[in-house]
Amino acid sequence: MNWTNLFKISLKALSNNKMRAFLTMLGIIIGVAAVITMIALGQGAKKNIQNEISGMGSNIIMIHPGGERRGGVRLDPSEMQTLKEADYEVLRKESLFLAGLSPNVTVSGQLICGNNNYPSSVSGVSTDYISIRQLEISSGEMFTETDVRQSAKVCVIGATIVDNLFPDGTNPVGKIIRLNQVPLKVIGVLEAKGYNSMGMDQDDIVLAPYTTVMKRFRAINYLEGIFASAIAEEMTDLATADIESILRRQHKLKDGDDNDFMIRTQQELSQILNNTTNLLTTLLACIAGISLLVGGIGIMNIMYVSVTERTKEIGLRMSVGARGIDILTQFLIEAILISITGGIIGILTGCGASAIVRLVGNWPVAIQPWSVVISFLVCTVTGVFFGWYPAKKAAALDPIDALRYE
Amino acid sequence: MEKKVIELQNIKREFIVGDETVHALRGVSFSIREGEFVTIMGSSGSGKSTLLNILGCLDTPTSGEYYLDGISVRKMTKNKRAILRNRKIGFVFQNYNLLPKTTAIENVELPLMYNPEIGSSERRRRAVDALKAVGLEDRMEHKSNQMSGGQMQRVAIARALVNDPAVILADEATGNLDSRTSFEILVLFQKLHAEGRTIIFVTHNPEIASYSSRNIRLMDGHIIEDKINGNILSAEKTLAELPVNDDEAE
Ligand SMILES: Nc1ncnc2c1ncn2[C@@H]1O[C@H](COP(=O)(O)OP(=O)(O)OP(=O)(O)O)[C@@H](O)[C@H]1O
Ligand SMILES: [Mg+2]
Repeated sequence: MNWTNLFKISLKALSNNKMRAFLTMLGIIIGVAAVITMIALGQGAKKNIQNEISGMGSNIIMIHPGGERRGGVRLDPSEMQTLKEADYEVLRKESLFLAGLSPNVTVSGQLICGNNNYPSSVSGVSTDYISIRQLEISSGEMFTETDVRQSAKVCVIGATIVDNLFPDGTNPVGKIIRLNQVPLKVIGVLEAKGYNSMGMDQDDIVLAPYTTVMKRFRAINYLEGIFASAIAEEMTDLATADIESILRRQHKLKDGDDNDFMIRTQQELSQILNNTTNLLTTLLACIAGISLLVGGIGIMNIMYVSVTERTKEIGLRMSVGARGIDILTQFLIEAILISITGGIIGILTGCGASAIVRLVGNWPVAIQPWSVVISFLVCTVTGVFFGWYPAKKAAALDPIDALRYE
Repeated sequence: MEKKVIELQNIKREFIVGDETVHALRGVSFSIREGEFVTIMGSSGSGKSTLLNILGCLDTPTSGEYYLDGISVRKMTKNKRAILRNRKIGFVFQNYNLLPKTTAIENVELPLMYNPEIGSSERRRRAVDALKAVGLEDRMEHKSNQMSGGQMQRVAIARALVNDPAVILADEATGNLDSRTSFEILVLFQKLHAEGRTIIFVTHNPEIASYSSRNIRLMDGHIIEDKINGNILSAEKTLAELPVNDDEAE
């Protein structure tokens, strides 16, 4: 076989028909680039959501009063009062796997500061709450154990509250805000966290000692919930079991009695979110698959048509002595050159488009190596196959039939 | 006595069209010696092109034996026939059949591109020689769509010459050209004949027969006449006597 000459012939044929070569390449470029970009966008979004989930603290455990709710039956109010301060105290003393523990009682109403007011709520918590929720104090400080013991009228506020109550930009620390006639002194401001993936404003928050909320606002002797965080994510199950046994003993429940409290973990929530993002990935993979298919059909068409319309050329080459194998080799070289060049340009275009989306659209992208490999392979293999197959058919013709082909 | 370049024994060619059989050649036998200039004539549909395609190994006979340079073509594989076309045959078509958007020299080089025994410098040298032989040394880098019909046909003839073939086959090589250009081409063929080449020339034009050394007449797939022409006219002389056309008169 004289490869050099056939290679020359192929190059010549390509350069004599730049437009045709370019159009064929375009199909491959678009196919490869679309798939790479699409997958990069999808994976970027997925990674973003996952980061947010782990940012929410997947080791958080929530204890609510009342047993498992059955079929939406309205509960007796007394059932909602089963968690007491004593439960919190005993958990604090006895539980082995908890890094942080905080009661939770809330009161809602209109927050007022001078001429400004804003509807919100105050969460009564302990000092641990900050570490459980992975919050940071940006100015001032968190209230102390002493404040909790003394039911001090102090609070720590989030950025949304600052924006609404102090729109002129004065430093809130040291100022007094009021809720339901009770004055609270602002002693700290929380670092802004923005919205979470479920669209909740995480900065619309006011923290006060739980004793303050229980005694000065609500006048109640029960807790609405207890937040805890396990020492580590892997310890969440152990911690849950530990809490359950301590609380059952504390509530004097007999074997066979149902729990009069409920334990939920953040893991369950992140499970749900993970399922959602997996669905998103599947969806994007489907879209990518379809674009690959459409791209492949495009490549197939243009290759098939361009080779078929060159049947006369094939006949002419055969009439001056080209063998079937020479024709086939020529078309194969052409198809490989077009497909690989197109594939490489497609990869560059796809990566470039992803980068542009990241810069301009501010959308997280993560280019996946497997999407690069698969789209490149599918498009080039399709291109080569559909360049080769019609050429093989044409090369099998008698030269005179190929020459006569219209 | 010169050797036989071509020998046909009872060649038949049938085409099946639908459920009808078209008998294009009904048993043709003749042989052609080295150095002959044969014209094949006959009315439209008499089988001239079919015969020439078989001679050029572009088509295969339904039955009958064909020896080219002493080699039996009938039992050859497709690849062997391609190589045979490449080394022993030069074919000139009525419609030139040049590669589009390709320069004259590249078109002429084409047959040699498929011959691995010939290196690129020799290929170029032979292509230049062939183009000189047809008088196109100043058109070598012109593309096929930048040339007149007569020039394109000269390129095609140069391409047929470049592999130094045992026989040159021309199917109505002057069919698309005006009479002046036709005679210019004919002068070229006579020159090649004078150099000792074997030429088979299919034509409609009975006038052309008197410029060749032998005339074969086909009718309905049979040979009805095969005679040696004792009085070969000179195409050059005829061309000189032809009235010059208007463009050149200016
Ligand atoms: N591929 C084909 N399929 C079917 N029939 C064919 C084919 N090629 C030629 N024929 C038939 O064979 C016969 C001879 O055709 P051929 O082309 O050899 O004629 P020709 O002498 O060259 O005519 P012309 O002078 O018009 O070119 C015709 O009747 C034609 O219809
Ligand atoms: Mg014909």
